[in-house]
Amino acid sequence: MDSYNAPESTPSASSRPEDYFIGATPLQKRLESVRKQSSFIPTPPRRKIPQCSQLQEDVDPQKVALLLHKQWTLYSLTPLYKFSYSNLKEYSRLLNAFIVAEKQKGLAVEVGEDFNIKVIFSTLLGMKGTQRDPEAFLVQIVSKSQLPSENREGKVLWTGWFCCIFGDSLLETVSEDFTSLPLFLANGAESNTAIIGTWFQKTFDCYFSPLAINAFNLSWMAAMWTACKMDHYVATTEFLWSVPCSPQSLDISFAIHPEDAKALWDSVHKTPGEVTQEEVDLFMDCLYSHFHRHFKIHLSATRLVRVSTSVASAHTDGKIKILCHKYLIGVLAYLTELAIFQIE
Amino acid sequence: MSPQKRFKNVQAQNRTSQGSSSFQTTLSAWKVKQDPSNSKNISKHGQNNPVGDYEHADDQAEEDALQMAVGYFEKGPIKASQNKDKTLEKHLKTVENVAWKNGLASEEIDILLNIALSGKFGNAVNTRILKCIIPATVISEDSVVKAVSWLCVGKCSGSTKVLFYRWLVAMFDFIDRKEQINLLYGFFFASLQDDALCPYVCHLLYLLTKKENVKPFRVRKLLDLQAKMGMQPHLQALLSLYKFFAPALISVSLPVRKKIYFKNSENLWKTALLAVKQRNRGPSPEPLKLMLGPANVRPLKRKWNSLSVIPVLNSSSYTKECGKKEMSLSDCLNRSGSFPLEQLQSFPQLLQNIHCLELPSQMGSVLNNSLLLHYINCVRDEPVLLRFYYWLSQTLQEECIWYKVNNYEHGKEFTNFLDTIIRAECFLQEGFYSCEAFLYKSLPLWDGLCCRSQFLQLVSWIPFSSFSEVKPLLFDHLAQLFFTSTIYFKCSVLQSLKELLQNWLLWLSMDIHMKPVTNSPLETTLGGSMNSVSKLIHYVGWLSTTAMRLESNSTFLLHFILDFYEKVCDIYINYNLPLVVLFPPGIFYSALLSLDTSILNQLCFIMHRYRKNLTAAKKNELVQKTKSEFNFSSKTYQEFNHYLTSMVGCLWTSKPFGKGIYVDPEILEKTGVAEYKNSLNVVHHPSFLSYAVSFLLQESPEERTVNVSSIRGKKWSWYLDYLFSQGLQGLKLFIRSSVHHPFPEQRA
Repeated sequence: MDSYNAPESTPSASSRPEDYFIGATPLQKRLESVRKQSSFIPTPPRRKIPQCSQLQEDVDPQKVALLLHKQWTLYSLTPLYKFSYSNLKEYSRLLNAFIVAEKQKGLAVEVGEDFNIKVIFSTLLGMKGTQRDPEAFLVQIVSKSQLPSENREGKVLWTGWFCCIFGDSLLETVSEDFTSLPLFLANGAESNTAIIGTWFQKTFDCYFSPLAINAFNLSWMAAMWTACKMDHYVATTEFLWSVPCSPQSLDISFAIHPEDAKALWDSVHKTPGEVTQEEVDLFMDCLYSHFHRHFKIHLSATRLVRVSTSVASAHTDGKIKILCHKYLIGVLAYLTELAIFQIE
Repeated sequence: MSPQKRFKNVQAQNRTSQGSSSFQTTLSAWKVKQDPSNSKNISKHGQNNPVGDYEHADDQAEEDALQMAVGYFEKGPIKASQNKDKTLEKHLKTVENVAWKNGLASEEIDILLNIALSGKFGNAVNTRILKCIIPATVISEDSVVKAVSWLCVGKCSGSTKVLFYRWLVAMFDFIDRKEQINLLYGFFFASLQDDALCPYVCHLLYLLTKKENVKPFRVRKLLDLQAKMGMQPHLQALLSLYKFFAPALISVSLPVRKKIYFKNSENLWKTALLAVKQRNRGPSPEPLKLMLGPANVRPLKRKWNSLSVIPVLNSSSYTKECGKKEMSLSDCLNRSGSFPLEQLQSFPQLLQNIHCLELPSQMGSVLNNSLLLHYINCVRDEPVLLRFYYWLSQTLQEECIWYKVNNYEHGKEFTNFLDTIIRAECFLQEGFYSCEAFLYKSLPLWDGLCCRSQFLQLVSWIPFSSFSEVKPLLFDHLAQLFFTSTIYFKCSVLQSLKELLQNWLLWLSMDIHMKPVTNSPLETTLGGSMNSVSKLIHYVGWLSTTAMRLESNSTFLLHFILDFYEKVCDIYINYNLPLVVLFPPGIFYSALLSLDTSILNQLCFIMHRYRKNLTAAKKNELVQKTKSEFNFSSKTYQEFNHYLTSMVGCLWTSKPFGKGIYVDPEILEKTGVAEYKNSLNVVHHPSFLSYAVSFLLQESPEERTVNVSSIRGKKWSWYLDYLFSQGLQGLKLFIRSSVHHPFPEQRA
């Protein structure tokens, strides 16, 4: 019982919470950050307007072309354990074998046939926000054409990529055994995503979760993307709201000329280079009141489900399509932020 | 079919016997019974209300109409009838409506199949009947066999046959058994000859084929057909299935990528099939809601290909080693030096190989393996713990059923998952950080009902931490639910908070003995820890006091509260931790004035233990001489003495409202109770009075009137012995330790 009968000390200091975590384990620190996240509003009240990134210049333009104008399904991903960029070839081989094994499992109709597919892992050099972000990488499943004379490239059946843009400031530092690429984007059959995701989960002990985008974050996207300076607009700015009613939900689409949207944004925008929460709210409120004046419908009572602009379009289901090469990094930075919020 | 033989989901209470008791049903139903030929209103009614809120009585009416319709079809068309077409149409409508709404019982299906294929009616009618043969739950195999036998008679047209095969393929999964049907394999196979039937028969055979059905002559026949008809997808499908079962029999190469072999035979019944599946799954516990959340849009694609939430245990041979370039896969598999998980069977094995254990490829799999849980428990390897943390956090978040609308069908699975986690925590006697993080996120959204027991157990396993930090994240949300929920919820919350306290105390008492004593930041940490525990206790005290008011001093609730304080009063002695926190007055006086003897007994026990703890602390202080920061303030002692005085005053010395509870004598006079002084002693206290009476009756059973005031002097101590013999151990301990005289002086 003597053990705690200590000499005089300052009991006042002991009541401060920080003292509990003297020599805290990484897990305790992690918990600390979860606590902070849970007790405050998760999103910072201001963000940068997407800028053209310097690093992006290094990215192979052919690869960038692969990423644009495609619909991607978003996932968040916990850090990969023991992933190594020097083993991409080996991973290609292992994943290829895994896919073949999976496809043959229990399928009566396709037994004994060769799967003429090829798995290609490759890095997306330069696809990062800061130098400290880990390198993004791309996985492609390509069908090998059976006739050698036909185009040698083969058809891309499935594409997926892993990235982390400006993630370092948000991510808790993890030990060097882990590679943090919190954002995963997939394009192709869901069944393929399932097989490939399973392989990653088994091999790198990570966890994929679908990343939905709520209406709050969609409004942010609308504002940030409208704020981007564009040389020419390729698409109208369009919003889609969903009204929950039975038996089928009712969708309200609201399309605006992109220049009008920009003009509206400029009129509510004050802080240069940044977007604030008040500005986002004001921007959306203006749209709501405009709509109400004409149609007597309060859009604020419905749910925003899709936003499309010339920069990118996003759906609440967690689907995104990026149109503008210039702001690729900027779009991905926000998505990375959302993914990190889901895994932390 | 007799009218009694009905199997529909009609409410039993609305089923009335035929005849006069029909007053229970509504007029429309009554009408039908009165005049069977005039049930037009019923079928019309059915038409106008596709799906929706039917009254039970309408169900009843519908049921009767259906019986009549089936009966009509069974008898066959009545040639003489004038408005034959009209009646036929009416009955068909009835059957269609019921079938699409609720499905048909297997007996009805049996009859209708019979009718459709026997050719009693025309082709158009047969088609309509076949199209609406939708099971309520299942189809009996016998009906199908009987139906197939009609095909041999040649009474039905080609188009009816086609439709029948399509129906069979669509409903295949709802047929209760398939042995008999498989015996008809040869018959079906022969039907491949018919060009019109061929695609559908192929599909049926595809579903039906077992290995033993694949015979060389059938393979030959199929190849012949293929030669005759060309590369038909349906034939290819069957061939490739045959090839799968008997690769040696088929040397023909079949094209690889072919996804759709069969035209969708089920199209006709698509919505009906969904409805049947839904019915078979049982009523959905949660009605579909209109929600504004983003989650309900997204279809659940949760489990990619794993059958259970927790991954299977696999050692991670290739992840680590195949990374090295020079090592081939076979090297990895044959390498020595590490111990494969698959061979780990016993605890001694674990101890022997703990240094070279191959870790699982997915850390989550340890949850199902107690040996590895041991390992997780003692390992301080950061990546191992982080991998487990990430996996558990994300899985909880993904599986949590109240995060996503329409996810309630997975409720059972989620409950099981939580149970597994809790088992692991109990096994390790340690909470997981992931669970705490999960509680932060999910508790604000919790309805207090879903997985209640599991959720509250998770609360009791929150790892020790600063109470003031956790309070806004957890306890404030819990308090909201606590105050607005039933008394049972309150009791379970108190129970889990008691367990939480116990877990924290155990953890702390282990912790201080493991760390070195001198000159470490331990002192401050221990002080802080005690502060945190004491805040938790005060918080529960506040919850309890308010709950007592809300539940009007419920004895049941008080039991749970006192259970909590039974832990609290013994912290100093049982856990060797420098902390004594007393209960709030609201609890103490409620217990003291309770009408329940067991409450009072429990209170006595707790007071006795408080006394022991405080005297032990005092003694220790005197021995140590030096002042410690953990010396209890004199306020604690004063508070205790105050409670003690009140208790002794009430129960023993019969001076209840003097020192302890002070009540103005004038007010006491106004109550008009003459003998208030001894009214709360061990004889007269409402919770003891019955004991006093039993005691006196035992003494002199013949006595007609008992005078409890006669218990004094010697009798008083006999009475006490009687009370102690009745199992009031708490009272015994209290009186032995806090009252120094055998009986009150004034009575001596």
